[in-house]
Amino acid sequence: MNPFSWRRLLAVLAKEFIQMRRDRLTFAMMVGIPIMQLCLFGYAINTDPKHLPTAIVAAESSEFTRRLISAMTLSDYFDIVATPASIDHGRELIARGDVQFLLRIPPDFARDLVRGERPALLVEIDATDPVASGNAMAALGPLVEQSLASEIKGPLAHLNPKPGSIDLRIQRRYNPEGLTAYNIVPGLMGVILTMTLIMMTGLAIARERERGTFENLLAMPVRPLEIMLGKLVPYILVAYVQVGVILVAAHLLFAVPILGSLWLLLGCTLAFIVANLSVGLLFSTLAKNQMQAMQMTFFFFLPSMLLSGFMFPFRGMPGWAQAIGELLPLTHFLRIVRGILLKVNGPADVWPNLWPLLAFTLVVVAFGAKRFRKTLD
Amino acid sequence: MTAYAIDVRGLSKSFGDKKVVDGLDLRVERGAIYGFLGPNGSGKTTTIRMLCGLLTADAGEGTCLGLDVRRDSNVIKSQVGYMTQKFTWWEDLTIEENLRFAARMHGLANARSVVDAALERLGLAQRRRQLAGELSGGWKQRLALAACLLHQPRLLLLDEPTAGVDPKARREFWAEIHALAREGLTVLVSTHYMDEAERCHRLAYIAFGKLLAEGTPQQILDQVGLCTFAIDGAPAVAVDEISRLPGVEQVVPFGLRLHVSGVDAATLSTSVAGYTHRHQLSWQPVDSSLEDAFIALMRGGKP
Ligand SMILES: Nc1ncnc2c1ncn2[C@@H]1O[C@H](COP(=O)(O)OP(=O)(O)OP(=O)(O)O)[C@@H](O)[C@H]1O
Ligand SMILES: [Mg+2]
Repeated sequence: MNPFSWRRLLAVLAKEFIQMRRDRLTFAMMVGIPIMQLCLFGYAINTDPKHLPTAIVAAESSEFTRRLISAMTLSDYFDIVATPASIDHGRELIARGDVQFLLRIPPDFARDLVRGERPALLVEIDATDPVASGNAMAALGPLVEQSLASEIKGPLAHLNPKPGSIDLRIQRRYNPEGLTAYNIVPGLMGVILTMTLIMMTGLAIARERERGTFENLLAMPVRPLEIMLGKLVPYILVAYVQVGVILVAAHLLFAVPILGSLWLLLGCTLAFIVANLSVGLLFSTLAKNQMQAMQMTFFFFLPSMLLSGFMFPFRGMPGWAQAIGELLPLTHFLRIVRGILLKVNGPADVWPNLWPLLAFTLVVVAFGAKRFRKTLD
Repeated sequence: MTAYAIDVRGLSKSFGDKKVVDGLDLRVERGAIYGFLGPNGSGKTTTIRMLCGLLTADAGEGTCLGLDVRRDSNVIKSQVGYMTQKFTWWEDLTIEENLRFAARMHGLANARSVVDAALERLGLAQRRRQLAGELSGGWKQRLALAACLLHQPRLLLLDEPTAGVDPKARREFWAEIHALAREGLTVLVSTHYMDEAERCHRLAYIAFGKLLAEGTPQQILDQVGLCTFAIDGAPAVAVDEISRLPGVEQVVPFGLRLHVSGVDAATLSTSVAGYTHRHQLSWQPVDSSLEDAFIALMRGGKP
């Protein structure tokens, strides 16, 4: 019997495609998971949340103060929910999460403004959720200027404050760094691929084992390589469908720019896909049934999500967590995707993160091939 | 080339520290229908899997179709048709897709016409697009048999092929097995049905992984040497009393008749004669059945 037969590989491929087409649940998962996650994260990074609870500590009650407050209320971004008496009380509100913004109008604000002394307007933000406050923050500056500009009319109009006549001081509390939508959506691509690919390949062989059909498959004169390739190739196509869905959605819905080469991105994605498929295959050789394959998937998926820099800034993690992160394919893929999409990285730039993917695949495939049993023992 | 389709010696297999097959010797002549019997968990399926290379034997050696069972399992697979105990064809593929997959895996050049012919022979040509999972038990069994015959194997390994199949379908199935054997195919078939055992040319009976008896049905009966008497008209309550008599090993009711058997013919006949005399019943010697013989073997074979 010849060692490798294209005919048998094609037969396995045909069978896998037919089964994939009939398995509605898996099919729905493949297309559904990216869309669902994108929508979920899409709302989380919803770029423009409004009606953010705001507290104002006004040390004076001038015309300026009243105008500023009414302008803020009218802007939709801010809901003035409290007017605490002191700044300390206001900070308690932030700490408890009751308000997102604390605006402090200092004593003699109006007088200093008219004198052109650039009085300070202090804004403190609960930046634990930085995305939520970003746009509101951006809106605040012009808002303040505007509300003050219309204050003085008539002969004294020359006293109107010029742009820059206030010192707007912004303090981001708790999370001075701040993530952005650009950061999350490309990352989501890696997360979705990791999750679905490992799970689906893990299940693919575990399912045959569980249903007993694996015995039938092994009773035929088939080579392990033919089974493995036959199982994997369909999922490479599935993965590219997912990549397409995500890229299009990211671009259209969240305006994530694609600044670098799309071809380079798709090429690097192949390395990442194969890395994940090899993990799934390894798991499927270890798992006795679909349940175990599922558990192993999550065992791998959680650290990938938490330690790759998707959830938390990579540089902010302790050394040991970074060390684990460096071993995970997702970490490198995130850097590649962000690099290509946002920083116009070229092949030379991505190479430092591409070779770890290839090395990872090699090691895992070696383990998997060793573990793949041609018998039922 | 040897005269034996299967010729293995000392086949052994353990799972963990449980010895499931223990030094089994098996010889099956070419063209024979060979029955493989034994109680649940005695190691039949495990033995069959070792023969076609699905399990690696811990010890033992031998040939299957003249090929080394340990080294040449890939070639053996292409010349053997193995019908698993459980239905293991893909339930989410249609009948035709299953057959076509089998044909292509065996590298048949004319896969399409082979599949069409098989569908025609099965009488499934109209239902070719039906999912295999939707078939009834009897049709699944016919599909499984047809699928493992596609590549014209020289040896058939059938693991309880007729479990859960109605009597008519079973009879047709066995007619086909005999027809195939006449064409020169060797068949090893495991079963729990005694009427099927009687249709085999030779039998092997294993328990706890060991071969307990081997030969034609008649040879096995002679080897066990069981003696059986029929007592007519005994009340149902008599079963307990009779089974406590010396020399009695089995008491089986058949309607109003009791079959009493034991290997020690002299003691048994004394006991039965005494009992029937006391209760004024009639008795007579009858032929022991294979079933009685196997149950006797099983008791004797306990480790
Ligand atoms: N893969 C396995 N791992 C562990 N134990 C196994 C395995 N396969 C079979 N066994 C055990 O080996 C013993 C023999 O099993 P086997 O299936 O060969 O029996 P069998 O004669 O075919 O029984 P049956 O008539 O019920 O089909 C059983 O006790 C079973 O539990
Ligand atoms: Mg069995």
